[in-house]
Amino acid sequence: MNVFGLYNYWIVIFLMMTGFYVVISSGNLVKKIVGLSLFQASVFILYISLGKITGGTVPILREGITLYSNPLPHVLILTAIVVGVSTTALGLALVVRIKEAYDTVEEDEIHQQDESL
Amino acid sequence: MILSQLPALQVTLPLIAAPLCLLVRSGRAAWGIALFASAASFAVAVLLLSRVLDQGTLSYEFGGWAAPWGIEYRVDIVNVFVLFVVTAITTVVLFFANDSVRKEVDASRQSLFYTVWLLCLTGLVGLVMTGDAFNLFVFLEISSLSSYVLIAFGKDRRALTASYQYLVMGTIGATFVLIGVGLLYMMTGTLNMADLADRLPAVMATRTVRAALAFLVVGISLKLALFPLHLWLPNAYAFAPSAVTAFLAATATKVAFYVLLRFLFTVFGVTFAFEAMPLGIILAVLGAAAILSTSAVAIFQDDIKRMLAYSSVAQIGYMVLGLSMASVAGLTASILHLFNHALMKGGLFLALGCMAYRLGSVRLGALAGAGYRMPWTMGAFLVGGLSLIGIPLTAGFLSKWYLVQAALGQGWWPVLVVVIVGSLLAVVYVWRVVEMAYLRRPNDSDASAVREAPLSLLLPTWFLIGANLYFGIHTRLSVGIAGKAAAVLMGQSQ
Repeated sequence: MNVFGLYNYWIVIFLMMTGFYVVISSGNLVKKIVGLSLFQASVFILYISLGKITGGTVPILREGITLYSNPLPHVLILTAIVVGVSTTALGLALVVRIKEAYDTVEEDEIHQQDESL
Repeated sequence: MILSQLPALQVTLPLIAAPLCLLVRSGRAAWGIALFASAASFAVAVLLLSRVLDQGTLSYEFGGWAAPWGIEYRVDIVNVFVLFVVTAITTVVLFFANDSVRKEVDASRQSLFYTVWLLCLTGLVGLVMTGDAFNLFVFLEISSLSSYVLIAFGKDRRALTASYQYLVMGTIGATFVLIGVGLLYMMTGTLNMADLADRLPAVMATRTVRAALAFLVVGISLKLALFPLHLWLPNAYAFAPSAVTAFLAATATKVAFYVLLRFLFTVFGVTFAFEAMPLGIILAVLGAAAILSTSAVAIFQDDIKRMLAYSSVAQIGYMVLGLSMASVAGLTASILHLFNHALMKGGLFLALGCMAYRLGSVRLGALAGAGYRMPWTMGAFLVGGLSLIGIPLTAGFLSKWYLVQAALGQGWWPVLVVVIVGSLLAVVYVWRVVEMAYLRRPNDSDASAVREAPLSLLLPTWFLIGANLYFGIHTRLSVGIAGKAAAVLMGQSQ
């Protein structure tokens, strides 16, 4: 099994680490949410690429075809996408409220304001 | 006929009641609906408990699709006990919530508050019932998303940042769980937990399954607030409304602990998790570190809510320590502590809610002389504190006693030292509150304003505190069920 034959996993790992790095390193609350979305999106791709079966065709019942790709991961990931969208929406809504309360979305400035209390 | 539909009712009752709360738009009516829905789901949990004790494990196929293709709800003695705890706590805390929430949440948003509360309950209950690994992820996110919202209801603006921090860490944890489930699916082609347990042994020796275990354990530990992944918890508990803190402290981490038990013991099995992988020693060290470090940090907190939040992380340490022994005795102690800790932290946070209601603050300085002005509230805190320390005749003593016995039975004597030091540290932080409340003179300025908390707050508080005393003496129910549940998890038939 050669390394490039598994290129889908390389893409997943690259996206996952990029997203994770943005969440950890960025001090901007909006950018953190973007990183989090990227992190989740990488997992969606992981699931979707699992469903591919070498030589398999689209999962629609037809005569003369015996090998189908697996549709189940796609269905699962539809649910996970909904969860991801809600998380992003809720996260951004919180950022709006934080901006109203602190007048900034930078983490270090928020910490400064809280410590001066 | 309806009895066979109980597992479905358990989840759908709060789920259907949640939008009703939104529709009525009045805080009081929404509270009534929420209380009715959780009392009803408590009744369902009691019925399920009695059926499981009678007939053994129940299985429910959603929509008539047979497992392993359809979603199966599997109710055995382990999760029915957790269900019982969760629904009982939410019902008691909702009794408390009416007056407390009216003081802490804007009138226009109270109906939203109860809507989200019921959604959170739906998530927690579903998480406990489900026998499907992907369904578990969905419920995990339902309960998490709604608990972020509940925390953000806090008056202090730091509630927003606490909720944001929890959202980021909670989402990373849930996504790790999703990755773990995906890897398991990749290797076995199934999502049903019982089916996974059957098929995993054939592919155990692969790196993918080991990675799945690692992702699942780290992901669940984030939700569980296992040291050192607990950083979101103290702020979240400290700034959430009082009722929310009591609810989440007594249920959310308990449910996460149950999920960890389920994956380690039912899905992966003891042999793989504790013999092929060195999970026992890792969890034991983290559990002990949680007990010692966070109990020590708790001593230096001025905000009592935050102090109890740190103490919660320490109590999670006790549960994980019992789990790490991977023996029937250790698990009995863990499950017993799960139950007892829900009672004591629920009671203590409700007592804090009473103080916040009258004093407007739960900082240590505000409590000077409170023991004379609010004797019943402080009395409740004192009894809850004794249970937290583990004084004999309280529930807290029992679980520590079983934990120490289990540890000594296995020759793990350092656990004895950890438990004793942890209890002594608990004496110190409980004493700080007691000293302030009983031995200091009250601040003169607001002396006349402070009275005992109203009965609507005191009754639920004393109900939970009383349960601490009751289950400290009458051990048959709690210890009996915990022992049976531990035997089931270890694969010994009932």
